[in-house]
Amino acid sequence: MTVGLFIPCYIDQFYPGTAIATLQLLEKLGVTVVYPPKQTCCGQPMANSGYEHLTTGCNELFIDNFSDFDYIVSPSGSCILHIKDHLHSEGRENEAVQIRHKVYELTEFLTDILKVEQLDAAFPHKVGLHQSCHGQRGLKLSQMTELVAAPFSKPLQLLNMVKGLELIPLSRQDECCGFGGTFCVAEEAVSVKMGVDRVADHLEHGAEFITGADMSCLMHMEGILKRQGSRVKVLHIAEILNSSAQ
Amino acid sequence: MSTTSTKDHAELAGQFNADEKRVDWHDETLWWIRQKRDKAVNQLPEWELLRETASKIKEHGLSNLSNYLEEFEANAQANGITVHWAADAKEHNEIVHGIIKKHGVNRMVKSKSMLTEECHLNEYLTENGIEVVDSDLGERIVQLAKEPPSHIVLPCIHKKKEEIGDLFHEHLGTPAGVSDPQVLTETARQHLREVFLTRKIALTGVNFAVAETGEFVVCTNEGNADMGAHLSEVHIASMGIEKIIPKREHLGVFLRLLTRSATGQPITTYSSHYKKPRPGQEMHIVIVDNGRSVQLGRKDFRNSLKCIRCGACMNTCPVYRRSGGHSYHNAVSGPIGSILAPNLDMEKYADLPFASTLCGSCSNVCPVKIDIHDQLYKWRQVIVKAGYTTKAKTAGMKMMQWTLSSPGIYHAAGKAGRMVMKYAPFAVNNALNPWYKQRDMPKPPVESFDDWYKKNRGNK
Amino acid sequence: MSNREKILSAVRANQPELTALPEIGSLKSLADKANLLTQFTTVATNIGAKVFEVKSLAEVKTIIQNKFGAEKRVVSTIAELSDIADTKEYLGDLPVELADVELAILQSDLAVAENGAVWITEEQMGQRVLPFITQHLAVLVNTKNIVATMHDAYSSISITTQGFGAFVAGPSKTADIEQSLVIGAHGPRSMSLFLFNED
Repeated sequence: MTVGLFIPCYIDQFYPGTAIATLQLLEKLGVTVVYPPKQTCCGQPMANSGYEHLTTGCNELFIDNFSDFDYIVSPSGSCILHIKDHLHSEGRENEAVQIRHKVYELTEFLTDILKVEQLDAAFPHKVGLHQSCHGQRGLKLSQMTELVAAPFSKPLQLLNMVKGLELIPLSRQDECCGFGGTFCVAEEAVSVKMGVDRVADHLEHGAEFITGADMSCLMHMEGILKRQGSRVKVLHIAEILNSSAQ
Repeated sequence: MSTTSTKDHAELAGQFNADEKRVDWHDETLWWIRQKRDKAVNQLPEWELLRETASKIKEHGLSNLSNYLEEFEANAQANGITVHWAADAKEHNEIVHGIIKKHGVNRMVKSKSMLTEECHLNEYLTENGIEVVDSDLGERIVQLAKEPPSHIVLPCIHKKKEEIGDLFHEHLGTPAGVSDPQVLTETARQHLREVFLTRKIALTGVNFAVAETGEFVVCTNEGNADMGAHLSEVHIASMGIEKIIPKREHLGVFLRLLTRSATGQPITTYSSHYKKPRPGQEMHIVIVDNGRSVQLGRKDFRNSLKCIRCGACMNTCPVYRRSGGHSYHNAVSGPIGSILAPNLDMEKYADLPFASTLCGSCSNVCPVKIDIHDQLYKWRQVIVKAGYTTKAKTAGMKMMQWTLSSPGIYHAAGKAGRMVMKYAPFAVNNALNPWYKQRDMPKPPVESFDDWYKKNRGNK
Repeated sequence: MSNREKILSAVRANQPELTALPEIGSLKSLADKANLLTQFTTVATNIGAKVFEVKSLAEVKTIIQNKFGAEKRVVSTIAELSDIADTKEYLGDLPVELADVELAILQSDLAVAENGAVWITEEQMGQRVLPFITQHLAVLVNTKNIVATMHDAYSSISITTQGFGAFVAGPSKTADIEQSLVIGAHGPRSMSLFLFNED
């Protein structure tokens, strides 16, 4: 099985540790991982701003880079959801459709495809799990509190395999953090307030780390934590799952 | 974002956020209602099937709407009701005014009707010398405050009891400083009872109109619609064309969903079925289009017409809870308002589909399963293509397109001190980047993942 | 072209292809049909009604006389209550003349366990405004007439007869001021349900 590793632009530029952890974790689990060097972005920043018509270049590039792999995996629920919902190509729609069916967010790839049941990981800290909306409600990584349906959570399933990790409860399990792509600057006041409130929920429950399957939400919350001078850190779930047991 | 001079959602939301304690209070009050809704719906294991069924009934209703409208009209007429048709808000207001004039009166009592808010009926009638008193407590409060409702189910949810106490002191003569909800409600009861007993004409909204029987159902907790209607000599009911449901048995589905979604109650106190006028009474129904038939023709957006106005999408919306209903500058606020409004005036409401993080909670609570957040995304595309966006934003997006479409440029930009951030999602085209106002940026690492990969795995 | 034609033709032109109407039978069968009386009593109490299980009309009269003074105006559509209520004269009043009614005692032949509502027809109201304008409302319900859900309720309501009918669930209420629940908005300040069992 060969997996194409898709590293979203902001992770590449700002959170290389998340990308490295994703790569190492997959390799540890016996997967052959290739990182196509000519990748840039899924196009979501433009599409969510109403400029989906400007994403043709990103789409073609994505198909060039990833159509040959068995699976495409990325440590970003939001970018994967965008590809799943909106990757199109005038000339190569067949390939686009195939890609839409073989892209996976990291945690769902681990639980659904690799069917991981144990991990050699340890992280002896109090951790709060942030359910990113695109991952949760879009990709259905976890059950949503609005629905009358049996609970489940793919990220939680994996975190439960990590030795020493203590998951803290939250008052609002799946409230949005307010990042929202361009929303975070276009609606600065509400975006920040949402982030402040989300962070407060984690802090009140004693989190030392806030984790999640989407680095963009975590970046937003990190920005708030840092400005508040908090010592609480954000960490992508890949880095926790890849943390070595000593 | 809007090209008009009116304030947009972001600006109005910014003003609302100037008082953080108030935002917290607003957020917590509405979140409490969302929790009550959760508790109520979890008592019905068949909840999701109920939503699916309701959605399908509405879908069918919309697909056969012209026939159902005719069936409803014929049955209503046979029941002794006069049916009027209004193509737009202006015609609706003229029809209502015409009925009032015919009866030679100059005042009317009205129960909650978001349609009349949409049509700005109160303003129109007031300009024409007709006094209108809103009888829903929340609506009466905002009417005294000369404000529009900020929520379709909870019109004055943005107001604190002390502010309501002040209004009642000024207008209804309560002692200064009284803010006990019990006392204020009793005061309104006495004041409005006098109104109910002295008005010849009452106007109500319509929650559901049944094609099969020609009857319409009005739901209230306060009993104000019934007090107005049964004490009046003339009852006018205003309804949008989308209120039609095919059969009476379908009421069972919708009444199970409506209030559980709205407030967590199992049903409203009163679900009144009006079929025939009382002997000696006149009953009128005004059927209003006002852009609905246009929305019906928009494939991507017609589902919005399934809405039964429960307000659940507002209560759950993390943006609505922290920006207040007035920031949507439209009669219907929140997520549902943001997909309905652009149909009425795309330029004026160009900002609303952007007032969302697309988190999707709205679509999940919607009792008729409207794909609200997907429609918000689709409206963004329509609005940009129609040109209702700023040149600066388009320029920024084009720069981003140029950078991200080319791996070479992208990596060069990245190397030059993570310059890509300039065009990245959170920093589009802003000279003074709003990110920094209340947030720090991540510290740029020594190398990107791409650099690391080349160094560590490049030889593989 | 008339407004009517203008609107209908626009709707006709824009409505999507006809879709099928879903069946609602399975929703009916999914409901919890056990302990309807307990369910009804619990829900009705939760929404602010007072529930009395009674054996006879005499018991109803005693409770009412203890609760409401004799000097206030009491009306009823139930002929057997003519000794404690006006069962005839009020029918000739104008609706506004019912403004001083303290208590209205009505009958319902349909109650819904899932939401504590009772269905009251125009005939059972005597006058349409009565269940709303009265300060207090009392409703007699035969427990054999309690159904599980609104689906069952609509199955048993005739669609041809009434000019007006209403589901009434508890006393009138509002929470418009800061979500504080206040009983007694514009309608009754209390609702008493007298449940009896008679085959």
